[in-house]
Amino acid sequence: MSGRARLVVFVLGAAGLAVAFVFALGGMPPFGGSEHPYRDLAVAAALRHVTPNVVSSVNFDQRALDTLGEETILLGSVIGAAALLRLVGHEKERPERAGGRLPDAIGLGCYLLLPVTLLIGLDVVAHGHLTPGGGFQGGVVLATGLHLLYLAGRYRSLERLRPLAWYEFGEGASATAFVGVGLAGLAAGGSFLANVLPLGSFRELLSAGTVPVLNIVVGCAVATGAVVLLAQFLEQAIRITGGAGPGSSG
Amino acid sequence: MSDALAVVALTLVGVAGTAVAWTFDPARQAVLSSVFGVLLAVLFTVLQAPDVALSQIGVGAALVPLMVVLTVRRIRRGPR
Repeated sequence: MSGRARLVVFVLGAAGLAVAFVFALGGMPPFGGSEHPYRDLAVAAALRHVTPNVVSSVNFDQRALDTLGEETILLGSVIGAAALLRLVGHEKERPERAGGRLPDAIGLGCYLLLPVTLLIGLDVVAHGHLTPGGGFQGGVVLATGLHLLYLAGRYRSLERLRPLAWYEFGEGASATAFVGVGLAGLAAGGSFLANVLPLGSFRELLSAGTVPVLNIVVGCAVATGAVVLLAQFLEQAIRITGGAGPGSSG
Repeated sequence: MSDALAVVALTLVGVAGTAVAWTFDPARQAVLSSVFGVLLAVLFTVLQAPDVALSQIGVGAALVPLMVVLTVRRIRRGPR
């Protein structure tokens, strides 16, 4: 596309966006106002299902089907990245080099932070229905926390703590488990992903019915999915040589 | 008070976002976008959305910059 055509496309797009933006701003309620019809409905529904964290109630109870959709997107992107970054053509794995020396303070810091981070991740997943957080946030913390081992300069020990086949299995199994919980709700409660488990009492760890169950399922899915995803990038950056690089067309 | 905090956080997000867009080296851009991610998390916290802030810290400040840095490293190493 020529520079002139690009400019025309940009100006048309920017003008359309500007018009739509002004109309959207005109229809918005004032900042910090007290009228929130959606909040009134969502909070009441969350309270009926004994879920203090209303956001989790929306994600895993009221709109759990949307979360299943997001789960599927994650699964799809993990599969896509794994397929695109697999060994092809002239690429081959090379043995790990000794690697550069790191200051001891960084290594020690990583080893000290690793258990703390994993514990925080588990905590965020387990209390998702009570306090801010949940399966997605905790799963990301778990997956990125594991990579402190890579920062500590121990790619080998990261590989040992991360038998990839197990994580690939975990990603698929937790996506299946989400659908399983949904079907259980369909069988017992009459609708897909219905909250059929006992609701318990407020602020108890075991309360809010299926919300903590789905939190754990999503926590597993996100943690394993992110680990598998990052593993593809790490393999490409560290272990794989050959193949197409810049300047070659293949 | 909280309005003033929101204005400060929003301004910082705007400044950091502009800095990311005006950086042309992808490796530097990854580091800056990590800073941008943390500032965005601060903004979400000020606007009383701690759930979103937590996701933002994990994804925007850690996961995505790490993927970009690894990709840049692989591309720079070339086909050797």
